[in-house]
Amino acid sequence: MNELRDDLKIIQQWIKPDSQILDLGCGEGSLLRYLEKEKNVRGYGLEINPDKITACIANGVNVIEQDLDKGLSNFNDNSIDTVIMTQALQAVQRPDLLLDEMLRIGDEAIVTFPNFGYWRTRFYLMLKGRMPMSETLPYNWYDTPNIHMCTFRDFEVLCREKGIRILNRTVVDDEHKEHWTIRLWPSMLGEIAVYHITRK
Amino acid sequence: MPDVIPNDSVGLVTPELLHFDEPLTLRSGRVLPEYDLMVETYGTLNAERSNAILICHALSGDHHAAGYHSMDDKKPGWWDTAIGPGKAIDTNHFFVVALNNLGGCSGSTGPTSINPETGKAYGPDFPIVAVRDWVNSQARLADRLGIQQWAAVVGGSLGGMQVLRWSIQFPERVRHAVIIASAPKLSAQNIAFNEVARQAIAKDPDFHDGHYLEHGTIPKAGLMQARMLGHLTYLSDDAMRQKFGRELKEGKLNYSFAPEFEVESYLHYQGEKFSTRFDANTYMLMTKALDYFDPAGDFNHDLVACISRAQCKFLVVSFTTDWRFSPARSEEIVNALMQADKDVCYACVESESGHDAFLMPIPRYMDIFRAYMTRVANETAGGGQ
Repeated sequence: MNELRDDLKIIQQWIKPDSQILDLGCGEGSLLRYLEKEKNVRGYGLEINPDKITACIANGVNVIEQDLDKGLSNFNDNSIDTVIMTQALQAVQRPDLLLDEMLRIGDEAIVTFPNFGYWRTRFYLMLKGRMPMSETLPYNWYDTPNIHMCTFRDFEVLCREKGIRILNRTVVDDEHKEHWTIRLWPSMLGEIAVYHITRK
Repeated sequence: MPDVIPNDSVGLVTPELLHFDEPLTLRSGRVLPEYDLMVETYGTLNAERSNAILICHALSGDHHAAGYHSMDDKKPGWWDTAIGPGKAIDTNHFFVVALNNLGGCSGSTGPTSINPETGKAYGPDFPIVAVRDWVNSQARLADRLGIQQWAAVVGGSLGGMQVLRWSIQFPERVRHAVIIASAPKLSAQNIAFNEVARQAIAKDPDFHDGHYLEHGTIPKAGLMQARMLGHLTYLSDDAMRQKFGRELKEGKLNYSFAPEFEVESYLHYQGEKFSTRFDANTYMLMTKALDYFDPAGDFNHDLVACISRAQCKFLVVSFTTDWRFSPARSEEIVNALMQADKDVCYACVESESGHDAFLMPIPRYMDIFRAYMTRVANETAGGGQ
């Protein structure tokens, strides 16, 4: 087993053993493989990148080629325990509708995304007057796949409007490390948030 | 015509005719008292008999899936792109079994075979076989070869339907099912295409209600039309535009009804070639097997309940421009598999080649196929499940 990404380490603590998982944008399947091994979950990953799909197949991960922007209507209501989406919310066409779909299919969902309210991002825009670029956000405004950037507060307002309950939130730096300083002012000092949400 | 056999070819192969004298009761209720199956194998069966792969052929395929019968062959077997040393179905690891299905015209018992009860060719009296009958006969072939469980059963199109049928009919005898460019049942449009093809054959004056052999004729024009229609449904609009465009054979219009566009002469050539090698009654029968296939029919048309019987793992592949067996049809299988909580990988491969893509060495398709079959080989080598 390769060393697990730190965000995946945070996610796994919220996954119940023997549960059903759906991983949206599953990459090469490292989270699913880890959860299958450690938590005995059953799961499927959705992915559209051809190389990553082939990697999943080689890794023995149940991968399904499916475009998240075309919806998840092929999954029944409440058919999955936890629907996970790491670092893809900001890249889909309608994050709000996808969140609805995730919580229609799943009892719970786990979402991670970069914080556009991170202090460096705010200062970049304020001082340079240009769309922020960083290691986490390495793209130009015109070619970025991140078409719906939001701040932690934006996300929490959306959850409130939709009646989505936030079960847990962990805020980390760009290496997915927790740090006491981040806890002082997470919406300013946190770079990536990991939300555990439900409708129940 | 290979001057030398390529390194990644299974080389020169010889088919073998196996006789079965245990009667086979068919779905229609009729019984085949005895029958032959024409079989080719590639690679070596291991001591545990755990590395066997069954290849199921499509409408016009046969047992000759890979390699060459002689140095004079113009082309290798129909799925040589996928079967051979180092290829997706690697014959260094696997023992590959390919056969001509019952009702075929390449050596297995079919309409051109002698009916032992009458001493004459079956002709149109050959019983209409269903996909499940093929699977039953393939299971007997497995028994004969000493194969209790296939490492994988693999097929495209009508072949994929046999794979699906295997997974629910003999769940304990299949470890992996590879279903390519297929569907859980035909659509009305597909059945309609088949009926137009059958009518083209049936209305040919040389068909004689299927008794053409007794009349010393073959319904060549009808077969040609059927094949031309079939062939154009296997290609995509893009593929035809790329391959032929509006190119003219003689570079100018002749204001006649003879074939003038390249695409016309291509279809004529394909139809002509097919009509001399393929039996019309077999074509009628194979298209019927396609039309009848509907495994969920036995489960109140609930595909999830049907597929729940399977115990194997699945790879499902479709192609973007395939409109005869579109990606949506493969996705019906995939969604049912997910709802039934089965292990499944699914890829929809970008291709311009329409339904024919499943026979082509498209790099992404071959990568996926190879990655999956490598997993199958590793499990087999490890002795695990």
